[in-house]
Amino acid sequence: MSDETKVLVIAEHDNAALYPGTLNTVTAGVAIGAPVDVLVAGHGIGEIAAACAAVAGVARVLVADHEIYAHPSTEEVAALVVANGGDYTHILAPASTFGKALIPYAAALRDLQSISDISEVVSADTFVRPIYAGNALATVRCADPVKMITVRTTAFDAAAAQGGGASVENIPAAAATGQVQFVEQALSASERPELTSARVVVSGGRGLQSGDNFTMLEQLADRLGGAVGASRAAVDAGFVPNDYQVGQTGKVVAPDLYLAVGISGAIQHLAGMKDSKCIVAINNDEEAPIFQVADYSWNEDLFAAVPALLAELEK
Amino acid sequence: MHFLEDARTVKILVPVKRVIDANIRVRVKPDRSGVDTDNVKMAMNPFCEIAVEEALRIKEAGDAGEVILFSAGPSRFQETIRTGLAMGADRGVHIHTDEPLEPLVVAKMIAAVAEKEGADLVILGKQSIDGDNNQTGQMLAAIMGRPLGSYISEIKKNEDGFAITREIDAGLEKLQITSPAVVTTDLRLNEPRYASLPNIMKAKKKPIEALTPEDIGVQVSHRMEILKVVEPPAREAGVMVSGAGELVDKLKNEAKVI
Ligand SMILES: Cc1cc2nc3c(=O)[nH]c(=O)nc-3n(C[C@H](O)[C@H](O)[C@H](O)COP(=O)(O)OP(=O)(O)OC[C@H]3O[C@@H](n4cnc5c(N)ncnc54)[C@H](O)[C@@H]3O)c2cc1C
Ligand SMILES: Nc1ncnc2c1ncn2[C@@H]1O[C@H](COP(=O)(O)O)[C@@H](O)[C@H]1O
Repeated sequence: MSDETKVLVIAEHDNAALYPGTLNTVTAGVAIGAPVDVLVAGHGIGEIAAACAAVAGVARVLVADHEIYAHPSTEEVAALVVANGGDYTHILAPASTFGKALIPYAAALRDLQSISDISEVVSADTFVRPIYAGNALATVRCADPVKMITVRTTAFDAAAAQGGGASVENIPAAAATGQVQFVEQALSASERPELTSARVVVSGGRGLQSGDNFTMLEQLADRLGGAVGASRAAVDAGFVPNDYQVGQTGKVVAPDLYLAVGISGAIQHLAGMKDSKCIVAINNDEEAPIFQVADYSWNEDLFAAVPALLAELEK
Repeated sequence: MHFLEDARTVKILVPVKRVIDANIRVRVKPDRSGVDTDNVKMAMNPFCEIAVEEALRIKEAGDAGEVILFSAGPSRFQETIRTGLAMGADRGVHIHTDEPLEPLVVAKMIAAVAEKEGADLVILGKQSIDGDNNQTGQMLAAIMGRPLGSYISEIKKNEDGFAITREIDAGLEKLQITSPAVVTTDLRLNEPRYASLPNIMKAKKKPIEALTPEDIGVQVSHRMEILKVVEPPAREAGVMVSGAGELVDKLKNEAKVI
């Protein structure tokens, strides 16, 4: 858009694989302008750096491969972003827990006001972002010299993972204060696709009554090649871990098919899934608000409906 | 047990924001300037309630001596401070301004008050449910040069500071952070208490210090301009299906998603 733009995307990964949201964030970067560089911090990340360099539209990859970045804190990555971000007009990260913590922190280090969760690029300084649980869309213009942005990844297509030919450059680690020590992570291991980029999501709510009953939804997800999500109520009740939560204050998903089972459809839940292409709701309450946004509403007891659906899909 | 003795001097600062009640369906103003807040039920931001509750529990466990509430905004924001005082907080600081506030400015204000009060721990909500910014706590940690524990579902005081658990996209993460610190609350941290009637009465007498941005040396800058606020495109309700066969057929042949 302007000759002077220079965009930096902060890659997200787990030292084993590049997270797909990075590709959508690159697309948002390309919509702002060129060149788009990528910064990746981690430990033993040669392959991830190569994966970043292969992404179509990326000019240069800055790699901080160091053991202190095996499990970096927000402040450690922010120090790196500030040390290497001087030339850039726009610094972007996915609006994941990683990016949402990082971008405002790095912004404040430079006295910049960051812009959260953009869903559209209007121009190099103007963006659309959902507010009030997605019940309103605000178009905002940022007057700061550098735009610090998190990107709603479901609102942008993924950049092609192949076809790029970026240069790769090593950068040194940046000093941080050492006030934060990593202890451990308890991660939800799953063979299923990652929730925010899955093509199909099967979510369960309080209606499931127990964690054990989620097995049915897992079978359904596996049959459809999808991921399993949940409402806040199902997470609060301990049926499934916190990382399953879809909604205003959980994850935002926009799959081709979203199946809401035993979920009432509170605005906070809708905020995380109403941009799905096709929504199916199974609920035994014909008044359930979820039916107002569903393409296919099935007013039935889920304990009858889900097994019947599984059986039908097996045919 | 050296910190038992110190605990009475430990101060926790809790920034609380006034927002439209989470159960209200918001309406965009016809002139597209924002969301209608006239005659709409307001409440303390739910994540701030969780922050107040956690501060009270830390104090009740004997690890802190005082819980101070902070709020920045129009005079009505004092009501929100009062709500937190009725939950059991000790006193409040209200920064009075009618200007719209951006998270960076709020973070600067909180930093100024935290310095002035000598707060050992600041507990914020992770997100205000009106602007959905999810920024202020991170900015505060950066401005104050203090460790950040964002999106926490657990916090325990120990000799080295605080042991925290964070809710992250891939699961849970445990960190040890030094004190003084800044943390932001996630939903599973606790379930906030209701204020009892006697505590509501008591809260009326608790002090709220009213200051202006100038008093604490913070300039209210505006870097963001809201050009317009519109309603998102509405989703139409679809059709009812009555059985698995019909649903699968429609998903395959009509929606073409499986
Ligand atoms: C600050 C804040 C943040 C929040 N963030 C989120 C968020 O990110 N995500 C989120 O999801 N929520 C969030 N919420 C909570 C939200 O307001 C709702 O409380 C929640 O989504 C309800 O979950 P549910 O639909 O599973 O439960 P309920 O509302 O209890 O609905 C259960 C549904 O299951 C149906 N049902 C029960 N039994 C059966 C059966 N046998 N067969 C078929 N149907 C059945 C019922 O008819 C009902 O519709 C938030 C709330 C607040 C205040
Ligand atoms: N005007 C305000 N007054 C007091 N605290 C605030 C204010 N704005 C934001 N906060 C705090 O910052 C948290 C996160 O808000 P936000 O960054 O706007 O999503 C809130 O939960 C509050 O703890």
